[in-house]
Amino acid sequence: MAALSFPSNFLTTTIDKAARWARTQSMWPATFGLACCAIEMMATGAAHNDLARFGMEVFRASPRQADLMIVAGRVSQKMAPVLRQVYDQMPDPKWVISMGACASSGGMFNNYALVQGVDEVVPVDMYVPGCPPGPQSLMHGILTLQRMIVEGKVAS
Amino acid sequence: MTDERQVADEGAAEGPSPAEIPDVLAELVARFPEAVYAPSAGQHTLTVSRDDYHPLAEAARDAGFEVCADVTCVDWFRRRPVRFELVVNLLSHRHRLRLRLLVPVPADDPVVPSLTGLWPGANFPEREVFDMFGIVFEGHPDLTRILMPDDWEGHPLRKDFAVGSVPVQFKASHKAT
Amino acid sequence: MSDETTTPTVDGGPEVVDIWLSGTEVPPTDEGAQEMAESETEPRLREQLGSVVADDYVDDEVAPEDERMIINMGPQHPSTHGVLRLQLELEGEIIRRSKPIIGYLHTGMEKTAEGLTFAQGPTNVTRMDYLAPLHNELAYSLAVEQLLGIEVPPRAQAIRVLMTELNRVSSHLVALATNGMDIGALSMMLYGFRERELILEFFEKTTGLRMNHNYIRPGGVAVDLPPGWRRDVARIVETIPARIQDYEDLLAENPIWLSRTKGVGVITAEECLAYGITGPILRSTGVDWDLRKAFPYSGIDQYEFDVPTGTNGDVYDRFLIRMEEIRQSIRIVDQVAETMPKGDYRVDDRKVTPPPRARIDESMEALIHHFKIFTEGFRVPPGETYVAVESPRGELGCYLVSDGGGKPWRMHIRAPSFYNLQALPVMMADTLVADTIATIASLDPVMGDVDR
Repeated sequence: MAALSFPSNFLTTTIDKAARWARTQSMWPATFGLACCAIEMMATGAAHNDLARFGMEVFRASPRQADLMIVAGRVSQKMAPVLRQVYDQMPDPKWVISMGACASSGGMFNNYALVQGVDEVVPVDMYVPGCPPGPQSLMHGILTLQRMIVEGKVAS
Repeated sequence: MTDERQVADEGAAEGPSPAEIPDVLAELVARFPEAVYAPSAGQHTLTVSRDDYHPLAEAARDAGFEVCADVTCVDWFRRRPVRFELVVNLLSHRHRLRLRLLVPVPADDPVVPSLTGLWPGANFPEREVFDMFGIVFEGHPDLTRILMPDDWEGHPLRKDFAVGSVPVQFKASHKAT
Repeated sequence: MSDETTTPTVDGGPEVVDIWLSGTEVPPTDEGAQEMAESETEPRLREQLGSVVADDYVDDEVAPEDERMIINMGPQHPSTHGVLRLQLELEGEIIRRSKPIIGYLHTGMEKTAEGLTFAQGPTNVTRMDYLAPLHNELAYSLAVEQLLGIEVPPRAQAIRVLMTELNRVSSHLVALATNGMDIGALSMMLYGFRERELILEFFEKTTGLRMNHNYIRPGGVAVDLPPGWRRDVARIVETIPARIQDYEDLLAENPIWLSRTKGVGVITAEECLAYGITGPILRSTGVDWDLRKAFPYSGIDQYEFDVPTGTNGDVYDRFLIRMEEIRQSIRIVDQVAETMPKGDYRVDDRKVTPPPRARIDESMEALIHHFKIFTEGFRVPPGETYVAVESPRGELGCYLVSDGGGKPWRMHIRAPSFYNLQALPVMMADTLVADTIATIASLDPVMGDVDR
């Protein structure tokens, strides 16, 4: 039987893609709800707009068991080291969604008390704008992130 | 007692005339003759000196002001001769009355007696005033920063503390790794 | 750990628990890290490592001081209702002392307010207590109107009452939902948020946003109620009481719920008054104090409603009070919908409220007023005032000082959760750690309110 010749990375590419797909289908967020956006995040996880159908079955309190950190709310100067510590405690692969205007850029509070954008502290993969973003916006952000992960556009 | 109701129907200059001051307040004013009573937008305020502040607060509590609703401060930077003004909001359930005490506090000696001995609930707000304005409360059990990190320098709500805004258009946001 | 300060007491009242000192001999812990004992020969560490076994049968009434452990709870924790950090001094499972550490959500809103005009104020203030944003806006708007010396028309007052009472319902639903979830009744979370969606849909229709509406502004409200609002409100009024009855049937007689909430987190009326605690917590101790009845605002005294009170001051009473307050708020909403007056939805004073957009094309004055209001802001005569409303958490007050300009000289919000948090050390002294979760949930703190 003639040996079938494949391109050298055929099998690896498929497994890679399958692995990435599997990761996205069961991303468990770490609870990092800070302020108003947290309430909308809870509403997104609640019954009306159900996040569990996209694989986010539970919000894990322990960062060791989470893949995704949704920074929902304004990050104050006092909270920034805590944010970094929780991010560091998450094992790879991990992603960060910066939810809301305050997390993305400081929002309407351009002052001494807030970190102007969570990307000063942790690397962010997806920014979801809004004040607060409704559940549909957040879901769009999450699904876009999932698609980008599957396509390999986001490093994990 | 319609004067004590907080209804937005009086002009800023009007208020209860001296004949309408409730008895409990009239007694307080009589005991502390240096306290200046003034109606403000329909509410009762007493401007008290720093020395009379604690005795008057104690007398108010004994007279029926069971609740200290709020302790805060105003920074009259360059607007008034005495820089800070401590504002204490007292509430009486019994008399259905609110009273506001205004205490001028100089900037070079921002020390005031603490109300935690009278109302333990003044603990957090006094810490906040200390944190935001730098006013020291004597007799407070735990006068440390409450809202800002412990090693923060400066008192943010003072008028000479900049808002700290970052110029938005050219914000050089270095991406964290 | 000995503390040298005297315990503050209220005359004639019970001895209140002192707030735990910071800066005591215990070295400060790192953020989020638990400081372990320093040397390996430490008796506690040897016990934890298993090289020494503690004798379970020793009945020690007075445990030696060094058997106490300091645990840090939060700021990132699923049950702390936001970024609240608690330092607990434990002796086994019993909390001896506790101290709430706050400031993790401090946003400098009071400083921000000094840079915003009076018309922009509600956008800032609404994000403080983000579960009851309309109440923040109402307190601020009432304070501005009191300084301006204007009175809003009856329709605006009725709309304000309608929106704030609906907001009370939605806030209490979140409180019940998180209360249930924290104690373990996970389905309560889903039910609470399902009901809340009804109300948020109505809010989105009326104000444009689900949360943080910026709807109640000085001078009235931003826009009039949309056509068809009566139908939406009628739907809310029909559905919610029946569902609340379901939740009451689910939980109120449930033995697990009762054993986890009855007698837990108890506080007395004297302690509440001494600590400045208001709202459902104060009412659960039996004190019948509600600002809507004591100092009525915005025409709320025209409507009939009752104020529920409890007797024991425990978590169970607060749970029942919040349920009953939802019913009473629905009652008010029903009355408002029936008696909504016709008229203007904002004051007719062109110096304060912007003209209708259509007029701007027609009249030069309208254009100028619009321009001046939105750039420079309207000027408020000098003065200072304090106005308080009854938010779902208690007395929410706005202390506003104006120096005659277009921006406040000082704005301070008397946040109910800030004061209610001082009840925590009192409620949690000598109780179990597991009760802490139920207690915090029943206090219903909103950290945006606490830290501003």
